[in-house]
Amino acid sequence: MTLAISHLARRFGATQVLRGIDLQVRQGELIALLGPSGSGKTTLLRIIAGLDWPDAGALSFDGSDWLAKSAAERRIGFVFQHYALFPHMTVRDNIAFGLSVLPRADRPGKAQIAATVDRLLAFLQIGGLADRYPAELSGGQRQRVALGRAMAIEPRVLLLDEPFGALDAQVRRDLRRWLRGVHDSTGTTTVFVTHDQEEAFELADRVVVMNGGVIEQIGKPDEIYDHPATPFVARFLGLTVELPVTMRAGRAHAAGLDLTVLPRRAIPDGPATLFLRPADILPVPDPEAPFRVTEMATTGALLRIVAEDDTGCRIESEVPRRDGRDLRQGQPVGLRAVAGQIFPGSGQQPAQPIHTPKTLKEARP
Amino acid sequence: MTPAAAPAALAPRQDLRTANLLIGLAVALTLFIVVVPLAYIFWRALSEGFAVFAQNIMAPDTLHAIWLTTVVAVITLPINLVIGISAAWLIARFTFPGRKLLLTIIELPFSISPIIAGVCYLLLYGRQGLLGPALAAGDIKILFALPGIVLVTLFVTSPFVAREVLPLMQAQGSEQEQAALTLGASGWQVFRRVTLPNIRWALLYGAVLATARAVGEFGAVSVVSGAIRGQTNTLPLQIELLFNDLNIVGAFAAASTLTLIALVVLVLKTVIEGRTR
Repeated sequence: MTLAISHLARRFGATQVLRGIDLQVRQGELIALLGPSGSGKTTLLRIIAGLDWPDAGALSFDGSDWLAKSAAERRIGFVFQHYALFPHMTVRDNIAFGLSVLPRADRPGKAQIAATVDRLLAFLQIGGLADRYPAELSGGQRQRVALGRAMAIEPRVLLLDEPFGALDAQVRRDLRRWLRGVHDSTGTTTVFVTHDQEEAFELADRVVVMNGGVIEQIGKPDEIYDHPATPFVARFLGLTVELPVTMRAGRAHAAGLDLTVLPRRAIPDGPATLFLRPADILPVPDPEAPFRVTEMATTGALLRIVAEDDTGCRIESEVPRRDGRDLRQGQPVGLRAVAGQIFPGSGQQPAQPIHTPKTLKEARP
Repeated sequence: MTPAAAPAALAPRQDLRTANLLIGLAVALTLFIVVVPLAYIFWRALSEGFAVFAQNIMAPDTLHAIWLTTVVAVITLPINLVIGISAAWLIARFTFPGRKLLLTIIELPFSISPIIAGVCYLLLYGRQGLLGPALAAGDIKILFALPGIVLVTLFVTSPFVAREVLPLMQAQGSEQEQAALTLGASGWQVFRRVTLPNIRWALLYGAVLATARAVGEFGAVSVVSGAIRGQTNTLPLQIELLFNDLNIVGAFAAASTLTLIALVVLVLKTVIEGRTR
């Protein structure tokens, strides 16, 4: 156990940004802090870095109290969202900065610094850029230089704030794989902030889902994806169809819905709410069922089907186009849930599924 | 040229005539208001030959005025740099009660007539002033001496550096400085290796403006200097004095020197502006 965070709280003016964060990061782990803007993830990262200070709580690394240390003393590598490269220095000088500001007694010689920088440039696959200035680099190249600059001081923890936020989709995917490769070969404990769930799930060993200054769930990507712990996480992960159901003996029931595939849950009898992904709902032709197909639209590979019942309950589903061959507009259908998550209580409003958000930014207007 | 040619050819002829008329008017105004008077200074200064011009420049009192003006500029510049950077840094990087007030105070000398600054110093440090008796008792001479001239010049020139540096610091934000901190740099290292290189052109530009003003300041200095020939007369004051003495060539010779300094500063400023863009 290397990085231990307990009961961390931080307030800006009247806004409580962090409300008691508990988190342990193990040596060599790659952790994603995932959440919408305003969830406090960046503030948490800045507190770990020593760029901000909590109002309450504790932060320690291998048993030593980090709140008593300055950012410089913690020896962390911080990569800013907009890179914050030094514009008047070449790539080489940017990467060498952390070594060149060491006290004279600890500072490596010029040749040694140059060798370290060369090794990093080759490792990060940016050898040809050594003598360029940041203004002459593309976004992806700047990101690599920023990471190189942070890694030059051999940080105990690497912290990245929205590392791919400012890049286009293709570069993003490439850099994601590249960063995972860098992490696997250096083994540096890494924490990064993102609002993009795809990014968090592909890259991280464990994902920390944050919302409104608290941690909603911590777990491996698959665990979180298959078993969202709270309604927030469920909605956030694209379980955007919310249906009122009735629990009886651990099973959910609702008119026109085939929920037999869902496992038994230890939820008391009575009203509950079922969260579904549109892709996990299969409309099946059934003359007895209360739903009718009211809209059908193809997105190419997928068929988007909206089914409505007499009470005005709208349910959107997405099926591979081939599976929807037999469906017609106006046809009565039953809905079969392939997977879903149930939470007790019926506080949620009935289904309002319009689109499936890929990122939290989209999910939150 | 070519992209503009098409619309211009399509535009009604009258527009072109209006444009030419306005351009001509602007050129004429600039000629008569700026260029001709400036050229005239040099023409008059040299009208009786270079020997007379040189003789007038080398007159002990004029030479001393040039010297004094230089001394004042050299003393005020570093002080202005330190005050300007500190103020800009404080306002750009921190939020504290009174921040808006500080911003207003920094700009105050711009809106106050220099002569009022002079009078204020006279009332404060003068023989009958608030601090006058105390200064007299300590045998410290501020008014009608170099310290007084330096003080009012500082008052008048203090906004320039902060005014140039502050917007740049605010636009750049503090991320680069924070990055340097996380990389282990000390406060001084952050300033010297990250902050300073980022603001260097704005800083130089502010310094040039402040120096130009320090060299040319008349109103405030005329109140506190006492205009003692060969002692507390700066170049602008010396010019007025020579002019009042009806020493026209002398006045124009001194004026041309001051103008030359101003022109050098102007060229410097243009060069720096080119670098910043």
